[in-house]
Amino acid sequence: MTTTAGNRRADRAAGPPPARPRRRAALALGGTGLALLLAMLIGVGVGAIPLAPGAVVATLLDRAVGTVGLHVPGGLQGSDAAVLLQLRLPRVLLAALVGAGLAISGAAYQGVFRNPLADPYLLGAAAGAGLGATLVIAYVPAQSVGPVGIVPLAAFAGALVGVGAALALGTATGGSHSATLLLAGVAVASFLAAGQTLIQQQNSEDLRAVYGWLLGQLGRAQWSDVGLVLPYLGVACAILLLCGRALDVLAVGDDEARSLGVHPGRLRLIVILAASLATASAVAVSGLIGFVGLIVPHMARRLVGGAHALVLPVSLLTGGAFLVLADLVARVVLAPAELPIGVVTAFIGAPFFAGLLWMGARRR
Amino acid sequence: MTAGARVEVIGLSAAYGRTQVLHDVRLTIEPGGWLAVIGPNGSGKSTLLRSVLGFQAHDGLVRIDGIATRDMPRRERARQMAYSPQRPVLPEAVSTRDYVALGRTPHRALLAPPRSVDRQVVEDVMERLGLDGMADRLLRTLSGGEQQRAVLARALAQQPRVLLLDEPTAALDLGHAQQVLDLVDRLRRQDRLTVVSSLHDLTLAGQYADRLALLSGGRVAVEGSPAQVLTATALQTHYGARAEIVASASGPVVLPVRAPG
Repeated sequence: MTTTAGNRRADRAAGPPPARPRRRAALALGGTGLALLLAMLIGVGVGAIPLAPGAVVATLLDRAVGTVGLHVPGGLQGSDAAVLLQLRLPRVLLAALVGAGLAISGAAYQGVFRNPLADPYLLGAAAGAGLGATLVIAYVPAQSVGPVGIVPLAAFAGALVGVGAALALGTATGGSHSATLLLAGVAVASFLAAGQTLIQQQNSEDLRAVYGWLLGQLGRAQWSDVGLVLPYLGVACAILLLCGRALDVLAVGDDEARSLGVHPGRLRLIVILAASLATASAVAVSGLIGFVGLIVPHMARRLVGGAHALVLPVSLLTGGAFLVLADLVARVVLAPAELPIGVVTAFIGAPFFAGLLWMGARRR
Repeated sequence: MTAGARVEVIGLSAAYGRTQVLHDVRLTIEPGGWLAVIGPNGSGKSTLLRSVLGFQAHDGLVRIDGIATRDMPRRERARQMAYSPQRPVLPEAVSTRDYVALGRTPHRALLAPPRSVDRQVVEDVMERLGLDGMADRLLRTLSGGEQQRAVLARALAQQPRVLLLDEPTAALDLGHAQQVLDLVDRLRRQDRLTVVSSLHDLTLAGQYADRLALLSGGRVAVEGSPAQVLTATALQTHYGARAEIVASASGPVVLPVRAPG
């Protein structure tokens, strides 16, 4: 073409200096991975009984190699070890899992709907989980089925029913167009939310329990919760991580995705199902924690650009680290009382993101 | 590396709901030929292109070198035909190189990372289209003409045998429109690509395409060489336009005439 040498030089000077993509990717993944590890180490160490990071690592290593008969000295003893292994570790792990699941689902939803305002609760997962939890809090006297709490079970089922209803309605009325799916999600969510409000009004003595659940909590985290979410979350995240490159194809629009040999409707369905499974399992053990699924993907994109093959894993790691730290704040700020974690994510997340936006605007 | 294919459209009809949009369209494009589909707004140009690509439910048959596209697997079809829509969706925060690399999708497993041959094709295509200086820039920061070239580059990275372009010059000024059409013409001669494009600028259509098909009300009203199709009578009948046709060295020029008074 007729671009002169001078113009080309101007082109180069205009943008940021060309980064080496692979090195940048490795740096981003390594950096956020390290941040997650550090956050978890701080998370288990800080509290009413402080635990030294060195002793924490020694204890965990000792447990890990204990199965093959080895011993690492310098670990925690007695009640300190119990605090770490029975209280802090399951809670921090659960926070990391929930944060990771919500953040990667949010990134997947935003990619699939080509909409930066999409979040994991968009298609009725939150409303369904809310209705499920409210129903059992109000009407079911039993606390648990076997070792599993009844509220998590009802929330998990409710979230899947909500998304399932939205998908069924959306596909029945408009094929797999993203706008029809979104509208179906809005219809299903408002219907379920109305049902939940109705039950709440009729059982006002349960209001506090319902609100406590809706605002999100990790205070009662146990190893059984970790065991409950891990398989579902693991499968869902693995599918989403694999779909990164396919989501990049979807980003150019349905017609162009078709012209590149991809079936956009089928791909969208797979991604939505996986993201909803991750969301449902996260919601089941933690309640409705807002903000993480909406904002963390934007942070990830600011770090690594728009390629989903990178945005998804970076969201996963960042979301985990973010929620571990938010949970730390939730239990430390008003100790011994606890703040609802949903309040904390918004309180520290919103200003942080505002700062990120401001810096981005200044750089431009 | 690639060679053009013969494209046959046989008895193609399409409808949106109960509204029939295309009626029994028959067209043949020879290997390495350039057919421009012209016609007034709403005559079915985009629908014809989308039907040929198989995006739009239709009756009838599309054959590439005698093989019906409906019998081809999705990915095989994508290795035969590449498409540039009228309004391409330009993803945010994606570099030009990553965008062009999407064209390699039908050549490798969907979930796999690009192979070195994919990267090589992408670099070659970008160099041919003068995009090598902006490979690391974000697609959204390119000018309109550069973006259109990036879309073409993505289509060419598919190494197709047929290129379907829906209004490739719609968003461009005259100079940039000529640059893009010159480029398409050069590529088709070098690679013997078959080109099917809709074009609303009739003079440009006549100058670049070797055959024109005038769609009107979903039917092929006239088909033939530019001089055969671009006549004052045809433009009056199908466009409701007053125009003179002036013969020039590079083809018929359509000259709009203002109504007297």
